[in-house]
Amino acid sequence: MFDFDGLNEIWQTITRNKTRSFLTAFGVFWGIFLLVILSSTGNGFENGLMKQVEGVTPNTAFFYTSTTSEPYKGYQKGRSWTMQMSDLEAIREAFPCIQAISPESSLWSSEEKNVVYNSRGESFSVKGVMPEYNDIQKSKILKGRFINDTDIASCRKVCLLGKKVYETMFEKGEDPLGKMVRVNGIYFQVVGVVRSYTENVNINGTIDESVLLPFTTMQQVYGMGDKIYFFALVADDDTPISSFEDDLKLLIKERHDIAPTDETAIESFNLSEIFGAFKGMFLGIHILIWIVGLGTLMSGIIGVSNIMLVTVKERTREIGVRRALGAKPKNIISQVLSESLLLTVLAGLVGMCIGVGIMAIVAMITSSMPSSDTMFQDPNMGFGAAVTATVIIIVSGLLAGVLPAWRAIQIKAIDAIREE
Amino acid sequence: MIRLENINKTYFGAQPLHVLKGINLHVEEGEMVSIMGASGSGKSTLLNILGILDNYDTGDYYLNGKLVKDLSENEAADMRNRTIGFIFQSFNLIPFKTAMENVALPLYYQNVSRKKRNNLALEYLERFGLREWADHYPNELSGGQKQRVSMARALVTQPKIILADEPTGALDSKTSAEVMQILREVNQSGITMVIVTHEKGIALRTNKIIHLKDGVIENIEINNPDLIDFNTEIK
Repeated sequence: MFDFDGLNEIWQTITRNKTRSFLTAFGVFWGIFLLVILSSTGNGFENGLMKQVEGVTPNTAFFYTSTTSEPYKGYQKGRSWTMQMSDLEAIREAFPCIQAISPESSLWSSEEKNVVYNSRGESFSVKGVMPEYNDIQKSKILKGRFINDTDIASCRKVCLLGKKVYETMFEKGEDPLGKMVRVNGIYFQVVGVVRSYTENVNINGTIDESVLLPFTTMQQVYGMGDKIYFFALVADDDTPISSFEDDLKLLIKERHDIAPTDETAIESFNLSEIFGAFKGMFLGIHILIWIVGLGTLMSGIIGVSNIMLVTVKERTREIGVRRALGAKPKNIISQVLSESLLLTVLAGLVGMCIGVGIMAIVAMITSSMPSSDTMFQDPNMGFGAAVTATVIIIVSGLLAGVLPAWRAIQIKAIDAIREE
Repeated sequence: MIRLENINKTYFGAQPLHVLKGINLHVEEGEMVSIMGASGSGKSTLLNILGILDNYDTGDYYLNGKLVKDLSENEAADMRNRTIGFIFQSFNLIPFKTAMENVALPLYYQNVSRKKRNNLALEYLERFGLREWADHYPNELSGGQKQRVSMARALVTQPKIILADEPTGALDSKTSAEVMQILREVNQSGITMVIVTHEKGIALRTNKIIHLKDGVIENIEINNPDLIDFNTEIK
């Protein structure tokens, strides 16, 4: 069917009416072009959003204490309570799927300028965290190191500065490591500078504007004892947090004599639910894009089919002569199908190439823009979608030819060559 | 070469039309026969049946010793392609193909390679004095040239029989005479020829004139074309 000879035969008929072939093909071209542009744009926005939340592990949840809402075991309702490190140990033991767990204590500045270095002072939030905290809310270490186990064990008076804190307190290019910074009246030695991966997703304030202290140190020097109000955890990817979230709360409630039915005593915030919502939204956008794209493509295909019908009608005599000269039905069918296939595939591939080309240019422009947190990133349709689109083009090209081909073989040689 | 036995054909329309009412006809190999008749006599139908372009209701049609009955589309196409050469009144050349490509077309359906069939087509065009017109399209050719191209196309597959439907119908008398001369030469090379015409001058240039009237053969006139003066006007 696709020897050079046959192709030449088809090409001859397609190029015979160039304007019409071009206009016919344009419908298919436009459909594919639109599909590529739309789906690339959709991907661009999705990639942009994903870039925003880079460094955030989706399977993350935060738990924090609140006042009880039910009386239980002789306690009044409305009781304030706190967790201890031993609770976290128990949780870790009970749920092996937990990959990292860290308490976080916060100290909001009681004085106006709580962080001081040399003569400069500014207000920043202060957080006490465990080394594992970096596995939960990932941050990029720009200088030095993160808080380590030794810091925790020996309650070292060390601190990490957020990027903004460093930039505010130090001269440009000044090495902060080893310098002493006063935080809420107590001196800490700087061991590192960190930057959060994203400025858009932050729990309890951005890391960039925080001073991080070892959790134990912070509890000790600011007299917080063993009280934990807030902790975060990450579970492995196969275990969604929602699957054990309630069990975990029950465990804590039991350890603290809180009614199992108490809904408010311990609250949580599950990031994977938010991520799920985003995923659902983008799925919806993608479905919409494909419906619109395929709809446009379909009208293009119908256009091809329509024109092919007209062409067959016009070529009744030619087809009849061919039949008289010995063309078999399969010759006629394959000729009509090949014509519509060639027209569709050519137009489709050109549309796809131009679409991909334009999106490549758009990608170049957006990636050259200085802002790192653009909402539009790397717009491309993806290899899988391109393959799918190609298959759709080929199948629809054949489908477009079916009706015209059927009409063509209905033409009997005598009808065609009968002298009018 | 051709044997028709009691062929009947009815067109079923709003009013059933019994077009051929028991045709019996023998055409020997190498004969040159004409079929004459008024319009509506059934001569075109007969030609269509002879050309396996149409089927018949009852009777038997033997072509080259083979019974032509209930053939599949493919068998019919193959038989037309290899056994029969068609010449039409309006030439029926494909307008977007050159003279050479038109002549080569039947060979395309025999899956002859491009080079081989183009060479063969050129050979046949040469034979009809059209070698230098090979790359011209039909609309650049005169009526006589077009008919000669279509004759080349009919002969390129080396058929057993040529069926010509009013081959001179669209030509002036001078060209008609030339075309008839060529057809005679073709016939003399051993190819059986059946010509449908309503022009006496054409029929007189064949060996046998079959007069068709109202779906039956009225009479068969034996004729000696050598007796007529070929310089006389044909129409």
